[in-house]
Amino acid sequence: MKRRTLMAAATVLPFAQARAAEKTKIVWWHAMTAALGEQVNRIADEFNKSQDAIEIQAVFKGGYADTMNAAIAAFRAGQAPHLVQVFEVGTGTMINAPGKVVKQVWELSKETGVVLEPKNYIGAVRGYYSLPDGRMASMPFNSSTAVMWYSKDAFKKAGLDPEKAPTTWQEVVKAAQAIKAKDAAEIPMTSSWVSWIQMEQYGALHNLPFATKENGFAGLDAELSFNSKAHVKHIDRLLAMAKDGTFKYSGRDNAPDQLLVSGKAGIHFNSSGMRGDMVKSAKFEWGEALLPFDPEVAKAPLNSIIGGASLWTMTAPGRTPAEYKAVAQFLQFIGKAENDAYWHQHTGYVPVTLGGFELSQKQGFYEKNVGADLPVRQLSRGTVTPSSKGLRLGRLVEIRNIVYEELEKAFQGGQTGQQALDTAVARGNKVLREFQKSIKA
Amino acid sequence: MTGQTKPDYLSHAVLALGVFLFALPVWLVLAGSTQDSDAITRGEISLIPHLSGLSSYPRVLTEGTMGTEPVWHMLLVSLGMALCIALGKIAISILSAYAVVFFRFPFRKIAFWSIFVTLMLPVEVRIIPTYSVMATFGLINTFTGLWVPLIASATATLLFRQVFVAIPDELVEAARMDGAGPLRFLKDIVIPVSGANIAALFVILFVYGWNQYLWPLLVATDPGLDTIVIGLVKMIGVETQTDWSAVMATAVLALLPPVAVVLLMQRWFVAGLTEGEK
Amino acid sequence: MDRRTTFDGWLLPVLLVLPQLLLTGFFFYWPAGEAVWSSLTTQDAFGTGVVFVGLDNFSDLFGDPLYRQSALLTVGFCLAVAGLAMGLALALAVFADREIRGKGTYRTLLIWPYAIAPAMSAVLFLFILDPRVGLLGRWLNRHGVDWDYHLNGWQALTMVVLASAWKQVSYNFIFFLAGLQSIPRAVTEAARMDGAKGWHRFRTMTFPLLAPTTFFLLVVNVVYAAFDTFGTINALTHGGPGKDTETLVLKVFRDGVVNQDIGSSSAQSVILMLGVIAITAVQFRFMGKKVTE
Repeated sequence: MKRRTLMAAATVLPFAQARAAEKTKIVWWHAMTAALGEQVNRIADEFNKSQDAIEIQAVFKGGYADTMNAAIAAFRAGQAPHLVQVFEVGTGTMINAPGKVVKQVWELSKETGVVLEPKNYIGAVRGYYSLPDGRMASMPFNSSTAVMWYSKDAFKKAGLDPEKAPTTWQEVVKAAQAIKAKDAAEIPMTSSWVSWIQMEQYGALHNLPFATKENGFAGLDAELSFNSKAHVKHIDRLLAMAKDGTFKYSGRDNAPDQLLVSGKAGIHFNSSGMRGDMVKSAKFEWGEALLPFDPEVAKAPLNSIIGGASLWTMTAPGRTPAEYKAVAQFLQFIGKAENDAYWHQHTGYVPVTLGGFELSQKQGFYEKNVGADLPVRQLSRGTVTPSSKGLRLGRLVEIRNIVYEELEKAFQGGQTGQQALDTAVARGNKVLREFQKSIKA
Repeated sequence: MTGQTKPDYLSHAVLALGVFLFALPVWLVLAGSTQDSDAITRGEISLIPHLSGLSSYPRVLTEGTMGTEPVWHMLLVSLGMALCIALGKIAISILSAYAVVFFRFPFRKIAFWSIFVTLMLPVEVRIIPTYSVMATFGLINTFTGLWVPLIASATATLLFRQVFVAIPDELVEAARMDGAGPLRFLKDIVIPVSGANIAALFVILFVYGWNQYLWPLLVATDPGLDTIVIGLVKMIGVETQTDWSAVMATAVLALLPPVAVVLLMQRWFVAGLTEGEK
Repeated sequence: MDRRTTFDGWLLPVLLVLPQLLLTGFFFYWPAGEAVWSSLTTQDAFGTGVVFVGLDNFSDLFGDPLYRQSALLTVGFCLAVAGLAMGLALALAVFADREIRGKGTYRTLLIWPYAIAPAMSAVLFLFILDPRVGLLGRWLNRHGVDWDYHLNGWQALTMVVLASAWKQVSYNFIFFLAGLQSIPRAVTEAARMDGAKGWHRFRTMTFPLLAPTTFFLLVVNVVYAAFDTFGTINALTHGGPGKDTETLVLKVFRDGVVNQDIGSSSAQSVILMLGVIAITAVQFRFMGKKVTE
C-alpha cells in the first residue's frame, strides 16, 4: 500500500503542473498504424482546433495486444492514459475490470453531464460494447465486419458469373471447385481470421451459440458450446475442401490477405476494412459480397457481428473531474455525424452512428463507391438474438489462439473436425474458469 | 612456408557461400527499397534494384511515412540511446569489476555474486514489474527511462573481471611501490591495458542498445522518443496497406549505423571479445 | 580466482561497486521479487484483487502436459539452433583460418551480420521463405515441394531454427576464428609433419584445443536460443501451427501479455530465471576453474 501512495504522489506532480497550464491535457493511446494512424491524428487535430480548452494527444502504442498490455501495465503503475483503444476481444477483460479501473460510458456521461446517447449508435455495434441492460460501457470507434471477397477475373475464367457472388456455402463449394477445375486461381479459396470468421461469424449468422449464458453476456460462468453438430459440419466442410485442394488454410489472423491482394486467391474471407487495400493495390477486378450461409442449418442468415475496437476511459490516481469532462467531450465529438462519416469514408471501417451512415448516404458516398454499404447492411439485417449480438468472454484472445491451434492440427490431418472442436472447447473452458477465478479474487 | 602453389578452391567456395547466405536477405531488402510498394505486396519483388526508386530514401529521412516522425529524428534517438547504454554500462562495469578484483572489502563476495546472478537474464521476463518500478521513479516517458534499466546487467562486469584478474601482479606491486593510488592505477594502467576489451564491449552494447524493441515501446509514449526500430514496426500496417518501399528504405537506414560500428571497430571488436574469454 | 596483490581500504571499493549494485537492486531484484510474489498469487489483469494461492501456479504448470511439451520443444530447439549456428560458424572459421587470398575481406563479410536486430531477421526470412511472397518459398512450391509452414509443423520449426541460427553464426564465427588463431602454428605444423590428413588433424588436434571456446559458445547459444529468439519466432509463426514452435519464453509472453494470466506467467518467469541461473552457475564453475589453472 505504501508503494501505491508513493506512486500516486509521483503521478500527481506532473498533473498538478498540467492544471496550472491553461489547457486540459488528454492522452489517448491507440493501435492504428500507417494510413489509419494518420486519420487518428487528424481527428485529434480537428478536435484541438475546434475548441481551446482541451488538448488531446494521440499516441501510438503498438499493435492491439501491445496497446492493451501497455494500458494495463500503466494502470498498475498508476499512470493509465485517459483513453485507450481496445480491440473487441479485449472487451470481456475491460468490462469485467474490477472497481474503479475504467469509467464506463454511461458512468462518464452521468458524472460529467455530457450527453452520450446510446440510441445514436448502430445496434449491432453498440450491443457489443454495452451492458445487458443497454447502458454503454465503451465508446464504439473503429468497427468492421467480415465479408466475402472474390476475384471477378477468376470467376470469369472458371465460367462463373462474376456479377453473381455465391450466397450459400453449397454454392461457394461449387464455385471453388469450378475455379480449381479450370485452374482459374492458384488457390481457389482461403480465409483470414479463421476463428472470428468461420466460427464466431458463422455462429451469429446461423443463430448458433458460441458459448452458454448468451455468449457470455449473461454471466461469467458461461461455457463454450461451439462443438455442436452444426459447427462441426462447417469445419468438416472446410476440412473436406482442404483435402481436395479447394480451400487453403494460410495462417493466423490476417496473414492470408496477401493471397487475395496479389490475385492468387479466387475467394477470400476477411474484414470489410480491407477495401482500401483492394482499391489501392489489387490489379484485377474484384467483388465484395455478403458472408454465405448454409440453408440446411438456418433458413435465413441473421446479422453478422463486428470486429475492430472501441475506446475505454481509464482512471488514475489524482485525475480531476475536468479531465473526465474533457474525455466525455472528445467522445461526443467523434460521435458527431460529420466526423463519423469522414472516418468511415476514409478508412473502410463502418460508420458507428446512424447519423454517420445517413450522412454518407446523403453525400452520395455509396453511389460513388458501389458496395461500400454492404457491411452496414449485413450488420443490421434481421433481429439480433443472444447468439448474434457478439461475444462477451474473458481471455477471448487466448480462446481464439486455442481454436487456431486445434484447427491447424486438424488441417494437418492430425485429428477430425469433431476432435478439434471438442478439444478447443475443453481447453477454452479451462481458460474461462481461470478468468472467472481471477475476477473473483 | 606452406608451399602453396594453386589457390585453395574449396575454401573460397565455402566462404563465398557463407558470404552469399548472409548477404542475400539484406540485398533483397536493399533491392526492395527501390521498388513499387504494390508490387512487393503482390510478391513481385525483384532482385535488381531500380535506381530511379532511390527517392524513397530522402523521403523517409525528412518526412517519415504514414504519419511517423521523420527518420532522421528516430535515428538520432536510437543513436543517443545506444550510446548511453554502451557508455553507461561500460562505466559502471569497469568500476565494479575494478573494486571486486583489486580490493578486499566486507561483503565483497556477496556484492559480486548478487551482480553475477543477473548474468544473461533477459529484460523480457521481468518487463512488467520493471515498468512499475520506473513509474515509481517518474521515469516513464523520459529519455533517461529509455536506457537506464538496460544498463543493469552483469555481462560486462564479468568480462572486465576476467580481464583484470589476468593483469600481472607485478604491475600492481610496481604501482604500489611508486606510491600510485588505486584511482591512478585504474586510470593509467588498467583502462589502457583493457582498451581492446572496452572497444569490443562498446560494439556489443551499441548493437544491443540499437536493436531494443520491447522496452522502448512500453516505456516511451511520446512519439518524439521513438527509436528507429519502433518506427520501423509502426510503419508495417496491421489492418492497412503497407508502404513497403518506405519500410525497406527505413530498414536499410536502421541497419547502417550498427553495421558501420561493427565494421569500423572490427579489429578491436574481435580481439577484445575473445581475449576476455581466453 | 583471487589476486595475490590488492589495494587497501574499503570505502573506495564500496563506492565503486555501489552504482552497479543500486541499478541491479532497482532493476533486477525489485522486479524479480515482484515476479516471485506474483507467482504465488492469482490476480485479475489490473492487479486490484490479489489472492495468495501458495504454489498452486507451479503445480498447475507441472501437471499440464502442454507445458511439459513446450519445455521439451524448447530443449530441442535450443540444441538445434546452437548446433547449427556453431557448426556453420566452425566450418566457416576453419576455412577462413587457412592461408588464402582475400581472407580479410571474407572475414569482414562474415562478421557484419552481427549487427542485425532479431526482429529484423524475421522480416528478412519472410521475404525468402514465405510460401507465396518469399523467393525460395515460391521456388519450392513451383518445383513440387509442398512448402507451407503455416500448416506443416516441421517446416515451421525448420524455418524458425534457420532464422534464429542465421543471426547467431557471425558471433560464433568470431570466437571460433580467434580460438583457431590462438592455436600455435607450431602445433599444427608438427601434426602436418606427422602426416595427419585434414579431417583427422582437425578431429584429433584442432577440435580438442577449441574445447573451451566450444563450451563457452554452447552456453551463450543455448541462452540466446531460449530467450532472444522471441521476436523472431513471434513474428514468423506466433508459435504455430498448433503449438509446434511455442517455446517456453513465447508461452510466458502469451500467458502474461496476451492472456493476462499474471500468476501463471510469473511462475513461468521464475522457473526460467532459475534455469538461467543454473546454466550460468555451471558456466561460471568452468570459467572460474580455467582462470585459476
